[in-house]
Amino acid sequence: MNNVWAIATKELRSYFLSPIAYVVLSGFLLIMGFMFWNMLAQFSRFVAIYSSMQQPGMLEQLSLNDMVVMPLLGNMTVVFILMMPLLTMRLFAEERASGTDELLLTSPISTLEIAFGKFFGATLFLCVLLGLAFAYPAILMYFGNPEIAPILTGYLALLLLGMSAIALGLFASTVTDSQIVAGVLAGGMLLMLLLINWPADAVGESMGAVLRYLSITEHSTDMMRGLIKVEDVVYYLSLISVGIFLSQRSLESLRWR
Amino acid sequence: MIEVDRLTKFYGNHAAIRDVSFSAEPGQILGFLGPNGAGKTTTMRILTGYMPASSGTARVAGFDVFEQSLDVRRRVGYLPETPPLYAEMTPTSYLDFVARIKGVSRGDRPGAIERALHATATDDVAHQPLGTLSRGYKQRVAIAQAIVHDPEVIVLDEPTIGLDPKQVIGIRKLIKGLSSDRTVILSTHILPEVTQLCDKVVIISRGEIVAEDTTDSLTATEDLEQVFLRVTTSDVVADEEAVAESTHAEPDDATADAGEEE
Repeated sequence: MNNVWAIATKELRSYFLSPIAYVVLSGFLLIMGFMFWNMLAQFSRFVAIYSSMQQPGMLEQLSLNDMVVMPLLGNMTVVFILMMPLLTMRLFAEERASGTDELLLTSPISTLEIAFGKFFGATLFLCVLLGLAFAYPAILMYFGNPEIAPILTGYLALLLLGMSAIALGLFASTVTDSQIVAGVLAGGMLLMLLLINWPADAVGESMGAVLRYLSITEHSTDMMRGLIKVEDVVYYLSLISVGIFLSQRSLESLRWR
Repeated sequence: MIEVDRLTKFYGNHAAIRDVSFSAEPGQILGFLGPNGAGKTTTMRILTGYMPASSGTARVAGFDVFEQSLDVRRRVGYLPETPPLYAEMTPTSYLDFVARIKGVSRGDRPGAIERALHATATDDVAHQPLGTLSRGYKQRVAIAQAIVHDPEVIVLDEPTIGLDPKQVIGIRKLIKGLSSDRTVILSTHILPEVTQLCDKVVIISRGEIVAEDTTDSLTATEDLEQVFLRVTTSDVVADEEAVAESTHAEPDDATADAGEEE
């Protein structure tokens, strides 16, 4: 555990010592802020319209959660899928390119510890990112009164989705010493998981259900509404486990090449 | 301390080393000599647990490098051919990280880091990012990394490469000092370094051991340069002939052969 923590904290520090952390953080927060502002402006417009129509019943039905928080977090899943590969592409590809993999692989640590350390390092960065992104709902809480529970479950969904993306991106980063290839590979895998349910209606009931189950966003919808289902959590934990397992196998295979 | 018995390593169909056997005792500095592409790095990588051999066994500090890899890795300090440095870290934070993953306890780490920095004369750049340091400093921090956990066996692949003459003298002195109760394997192709430092010499050529003896008896009748040329000459001639032949026949083969390094 000590080794995992050593690698994770080193990883987190490396993010902040290179431009990547600042580019990803500012890019993500800027896009999220833009979406937030648009949705909030639309919400205010509706409030203004219904107030001028003097229909208190309609006004009461307007919900910050349904009109701002949910669509905001829903849209952020796509932004996540585009940005996570930027965080994960360097995780091991950089070690291989600069020869530092030789230090890690000749140290008394197991490849599983390396994989977990890298995974948790990137996850810590993800927590920083989500922590800063919590500023937007905090603004809503300060000025309005949205329901807090669905906001928290929505952030849990983003965290689980992000951790799944990190695990798969880590695997992509272990198979090559080129960061670009690792990034494209991770992006491709995640996009595939995003789009995989598209043909679900056309391929029959049972196959359609499988494709829908595999879709990475399908499992976040309910959570963003405030409903935590065991099957959704299991789905993300499975993706994370598969990603870490494949990364460990891939790291181990480096010794045999 | 180090017992290598008939190690063989294949990359595909190509044997990088074949039936390599040698041994080294505690307190000894073993010079591992050979032309480029002879199999030096492959042998070192097997001894340090980076990769397994295709056949044969090796024991380091009493442990089998394959069966008890973690025990071996705990007791070995390794300087790879390419200094394994993280450009964004400072020597202090880098050595702290290395000491942690090598299992140095929290209480012992500050002392261990200070000793390693001092021994390699890198204390004056201890807080500068590694990426901004000169090649000589980088190489010395990489050496500091190999000794920070006070290992029983130290494996150094070309340790004085990229250093200026003054630094070379400093590092040689350091290596000499390290060997009092440890085993040091030093891979190099700088012959005077071997005569100055090493108690024992192993010469490898084309993946096979062609000479193994103490430095004194190997250099009793002729100097090391002559010995080295004698035991590796047949290869050089064979290489030249092969290149000449393939240049006439198929130029591509010659390039492939020349590019085929460890």
